[in-house]
Amino acid sequence: MNDIWSGIEAAFWLVITLDADLVDITLRSLQVSLTALIIASAIALPFGTWLAIRRFRFRRAVIATLNALMGLPPVVVGLIVYLLLSRSGPFGVLGLLFTPTAMIIAQVIIITPLIASITHQAMRELWAEYHDLLISLNTSKSQRIATLIWDGRRTLLTAALAGFGRAIGEVGAIMIVGGNIDNATRVLTTAIALETGKGDFALALGLGFVLIALALLVNFAIHALSRTEREGRW
Amino acid sequence: MIRVFAVLVALWGSSLQAETMKLAVTTSFHNSGLSEVLLPAIKADIGLDVQLLVVGTGQALRLGQAGDVDAILVHSKSAEEAFIADGYGPYRREIMYNDFVFIGPQDDPAGVSKSGNAIDVLTRIFSASSRFVSRGDESGTHQKELALWADADLDPNEFGRWYNAVGAGMGASLNTASGLNAYIMSDRASWLNFGNKGALSLLYSGDPVLFNQYAYLPVSSTRHAHVNVDASEALEAWMTSAAAQKLIDGYTINGETLFIFNAKPD
Repeated sequence: MNDIWSGIEAAFWLVITLDADLVDITLRSLQVSLTALIIASAIALPFGTWLAIRRFRFRRAVIATLNALMGLPPVVVGLIVYLLLSRSGPFGVLGLLFTPTAMIIAQVIIITPLIASITHQAMRELWAEYHDLLISLNTSKSQRIATLIWDGRRTLLTAALAGFGRAIGEVGAIMIVGGNIDNATRVLTTAIALETGKGDFALALGLGFVLIALALLVNFAIHALSRTEREGRW
Repeated sequence: MIRVFAVLVALWGSSLQAETMKLAVTTSFHNSGLSEVLLPAIKADIGLDVQLLVVGTGQALRLGQAGDVDAILVHSKSAEEAFIADGYGPYRREIMYNDFVFIGPQDDPAGVSKSGNAIDVLTRIFSASSRFVSRGDESGTHQKELALWADADLDPNEFGRWYNAVGAGMGASLNTASGLNAYIMSDRASWLNFGNKGALSLLYSGDPVLFNQYAYLPVSSTRHAHVNVDASEALEAWMTSAAAQKLIDGYTINGETLFIFNAKPD
């Protein structure tokens, strides 16, 4: 219990004094995970919706694969991205290994299936409801996808937030491809791993509380910005 | 939507950088806290931003082989010599040394504190079958430990359940040893800087065979043309300079000197 109290105390002081390193790694955590979230959403939202509308031969197989990929082990993703981006790997000339870009790439791979899968589940039900209307209006495929995404935006927000949650709390992949370099690729989760390694549990736990607070804050902020759950605007 | 965009633009911010280079170092070097003294001094003296990749010696050498770093600072002479023989680096330059120590439970069931030398320590732990935590990650510390077991004519592969190879860095291994109340071999610096000592204490040190030489190896620029040779040479010059000597020899924890500078000038 002592360790937990000193962790809360450490978190309190880190936040109150606006510790420069803490601000730095917190902003980097946000930068990496939000960028990954936007790229992944740009791929996964249309793809998941398209999957709900379109009937084709391997649809079942694609959906099953997508659902399985939700549990993609981050460490393996990290290792593969690492080998691809390493100087002796196929994309080595880009010099991306151990940069925030490499961390974004890994996170996009991890969260895209998750967002696409939740999107597909939600859109399937919405599509059942809208099917007759949209067909009778003689809409094109892209119009249908756009309508569904717009009308299902509340559920899609949930999908995106699930993706963000997985990205910001992830450590296995970004540790490998980012390298946890101070002032360059250190984010909250890798800093926690580092402090645990040093046996400094109070600081590690302090950073952990900051991470949890950050996830809450981002969720509240997105809800506020998109004006969900307000009276009369369900 | 515009608000979301504004937040993102603000987040990206400015990330203009001075001259940078990537240096793979061992966990023991970083956990000692010495890097936090040296890096700001390097930045101030020669304007070089050294980005540290903190890994075991085995992985540091792999990073050098793949060309993912510009230089490495490790402590495993035989592995370093193999690295140079294979043409991945032009030479090695000795910088400093520290020493390994044996850590164990305060009540010392194996009687390690009465040992005469490092081989004796391992033999005592073996005959008592006391719990022992091994790094098990091909790091310099792990290789040193294996060499010592070999010198004692013992083979860890045949050990029973008392021998735990955890496959982790120095800090994580010390955490495990602390949890299991087990014996472990650590470098002195990591041990002194470690925050979760629990019921463990330092039981044996001082055998010359436990001295631990750190060397600086630039990565070959003939094999990897993108290596930042200027930065790597500037860093080597600084690491072997009088300024570095003053900081390295002057670095103490609880009054104990951790590293002894022994680089030879050009």
